[in-house]
Amino acid sequence: MPSTLYDKLWNLHEVIQREDGTHLLYIDRHLIHEVTSPQAFEGLKLAGRNLWRTSSNKATVDHNIPTTNRELGIEGITDEVSKLQVTTLDDNCKEHGIEQFDIADERQGIVHVVGPEQGITLPGMTVVCGDSHTSTHGALGTLAMGIGTSEVEHVLATQCLVATKQKNMKIEVKGILPKGVYSKDLTLKVIGNIGTAGATGYAIEYTGEAIESMSIEARMTVCNMAIEAGARAGMVAFDDVTLNYVKGKPYAPSGSEWDQALDLWRNLKSDEGASFDKTIEIHASKLKPQVSWGTSPEMVIDIDSIIPEPKSNSESNALDYMGLKTGMRPQDIKLDQVFIGSCTNSRLEDLRIAAEIVKGSKVNKDLKRAIVVPGSGLVSKAAIEEGLDQVFLEAGFEWRAPGCSMCLGMNPDQLDEGDHCASTSNRNFEGRQGYKGRTHLVSPATAAAAAVAGHFVDVRDIVGS
Amino acid sequence: MNEYTIHSAKMVPLDRSNIDTDQIIPKQFLKSIKKTGFGPNLFDSWRYLDSGFPGQDNSKRQLNPEFVLNDKKYKGSEVLISKENFGCGSSREHAVWAMQDYGIKCVIAQSFADIFYNNCFKNGLLAISLSKDSIEELFRLSEKGENIHVDLINQVILDSNELEIVKFEIEDFRKTSVLEGLDEIGLSLKYSKSIMSYEENIKKLTPWIFK
Ligand code: SF4
Repeated sequence: MPSTLYDKLWNLHEVIQREDGTHLLYIDRHLIHEVTSPQAFEGLKLAGRNLWRTSSNKATVDHNIPTTNRELGIEGITDEVSKLQVTTLDDNCKEHGIEQFDIADERQGIVHVVGPEQGITLPGMTVVCGDSHTSTHGALGTLAMGIGTSEVEHVLATQCLVATKQKNMKIEVKGILPKGVYSKDLTLKVIGNIGTAGATGYAIEYTGEAIESMSIEARMTVCNMAIEAGARAGMVAFDDVTLNYVKGKPYAPSGSEWDQALDLWRNLKSDEGASFDKTIEIHASKLKPQVSWGTSPEMVIDIDSIIPEPKSNSESNALDYMGLKTGMRPQDIKLDQVFIGSCTNSRLEDLRIAAEIVKGSKVNKDLKRAIVVPGSGLVSKAAIEEGLDQVFLEAGFEWRAPGCSMCLGMNPDQLDEGDHCASTSNRNFEGRQGYKGRTHLVSPATAAAAAVAGHFVDVRDIVGS
Repeated sequence: MNEYTIHSAKMVPLDRSNIDTDQIIPKQFLKSIKKTGFGPNLFDSWRYLDSGFPGQDNSKRQLNPEFVLNDKKYKGSEVLISKENFGCGSSREHAVWAMQDYGIKCVIAQSFADIFYNNCFKNGLLAISLSKDSIEELFRLSEKGENIHVDLINQVILDSNELEIVKFEIEDFRKTSVLEGLDEIGLSLKYSKSIMSYEENIKKLTPWIFK
C-alpha cells in the first residue's frame, strides 16, 4: 500500500505497540534547552535513573540568555533566576556527559536553528525537544515534535516516546510565490485559513511547487508554524535541496555512510497515491504579504485589506487588547518597535532579505528600537562576514547576540506596555513579547520595510519593481 | 459514584477560545527549576492589575476584579471550563503544574491543543472535551452557582442531584493514568529488551544517529 512520508517515518521508528494501544516510538535525537529540562533531570535523579543513550542528547541555551554583554559569559546574565536556570543546564549536561553548546560556544543559538545547522537534525530522524517549535526540523524530511517536560524525562530515560499515531494532512501549495511574498506569509495565511486548531491531531506534509522551489531555510519557516495551526509535526519530503543543505554539515554522515544515508533518504517522500485524511490546496500566486492584527496567529489579514468585524468574544477581546479598530488598514498601525529574529526567521536568508530592504535607508525616527537577533552564533558570524551587521547598524538597527530574545522576552528584551511591534516571530499572544505588548507577526521583509516607514507598508511595492 | 469521583465540584467558567499557555502561566515564571509554587501566578496577567515577577509576595498585589477567577462566587473551584482549543501554544508543562497548584483537578473544554492535553494526563490532571452544547450547559450551571460531580470510572458528569448531564469519552490509557497515577517511565522500561533489539537493527540501517 502506498504510504505517506509521515507513515514511513513512523514505521521506521516504531519499537512496539503496547497492550494499552499506545506505541513506543524510538527517538533518534533529543534536543535540550534550559527552560523545560531542569524538572526532567530532577525527576530522573529522584527515581535513580540514568540516560538511555547519552549521544542522542544535544543541548544549548537560548530562552533566558541576554543578547548583550555576551563577552561576560554567565556573568553577563544579570537576572539571578535566569542565571540559575542556565547554570542548572550546564550542571546537568556535565553530570550526564551531554554535549552542550553553552553560552560561550560560538555554535550556541536557538535550539531549532542550531540542530539543522549542525546536521544534528538529519532527514529520516525522529527529533524531539521540550519546545513546541520543534516542528521546524520537519523541513529536512524529519519527524520532529515538541514535547512536555514529563516526556523529556521519559526520552532521557528510555529513548522512546509514548505515542499515538496522528492523522495525515497534506497542504499542497500550487504555483510559486510572487515577489515580495515569502514563506512566512504562506505559513501565516495557512493558519488564517484553517485556524489555530485546524490541524490538531494531524501531522502535516507540505507539498507542491511553491514548497519544492523553496530553500531549506524557507521550508523551516513554514514547518516552524505548523504548531500554530495545531499540528505537532509539519514536514517536507527529502529532495536535492535537502541533500545539498545537509551535505558537509558537522554531524552529517560522510564517506560510505553518506551513500548509505542517501539510499534511505531518497525514499523519504509520500508514495504516489498515498492517502491523506485531509488535503488542503493553496494557490501561491494569489498570496499577499500578511500582517497579524490580533492575539492569535489565526488573526491575520492581507496587507491591502482592513481589520475585520470581530466574529467572536475572543476577537473583540483581541481588538481591545491591541488597541485597534475594525476598518483600520495595516498602514494605519503606528509601530514602536521592530524585532527581526526567532526560530521562525533568524537564519542567514532571513537576514539577507531584511538587509536588502533596509540598505541605504534609516530606521524611522519615531521608533523606539529596532533589533536584529541572529538565530545562532554561526548565523551571526556568516552575516558579519557578508557585512549584513553593518547594513543594519548603519540603518539604525541594534545588532544583538543570538538567542530567543524578544520572541518571548524571558530575557531583558521586552516590549513596553502598549507598544506595537512588527515581529518576525511566531506568536502574538497577549504579553508574549512583554507585559501588555502588542505583537504583529510578519515576514522579515515586511518587518524591515516597516522599520523604515514606521508603519506597515506593502513590501511588494519595494521589491516587486 | 465512586472514590474516583470529583465530588460536588465548583466550576469556574473561562469564556474564551484559544486560551494559550502563555496566559495560563506567563513566561517570567518559567525560570523556576521546580514543579511547584506556580499556583499564585496562574493566569497572572489577567488575574492581577500589575505585571508579576518571580519571587514576589502575591498577597500584596492588586487583583483584577473583572477576572472570573477573582469572583468570590468561584473561589475554591476545582473544575475549570472553557471553549475551543484550550492550552494552545507553547509546550510548557508549567501550565499544568500551575493549574494543579492552584487546586484545579479537572479541565473541561470544547477542544484542547495536543501537547497541553498530553501534559495534563502525564500529571494526573483530568482533561475532558465535550460538545459545544454540553459546554454551554456547564457554563449555564456554573453561572447559577451549581456544582457538578465528575465520575471518571463511569465517564459521566452529574449535576448536584446526581442526575446525568453528559457522558464523556476518554482513551483507556489516559483514564488509567489518572486513576492509577502510573509511573510511565517504569512501564516503558519493562520494554527495555524491545528497545535494545530495535537499536541493534537500526545500528546497521542508520549508524549515523549514534554520533
Ligand atoms: S525563538 Fe521563540 S518560539 Fe522559538 S524556541 Fe525561542 S522562544 Fe520558542
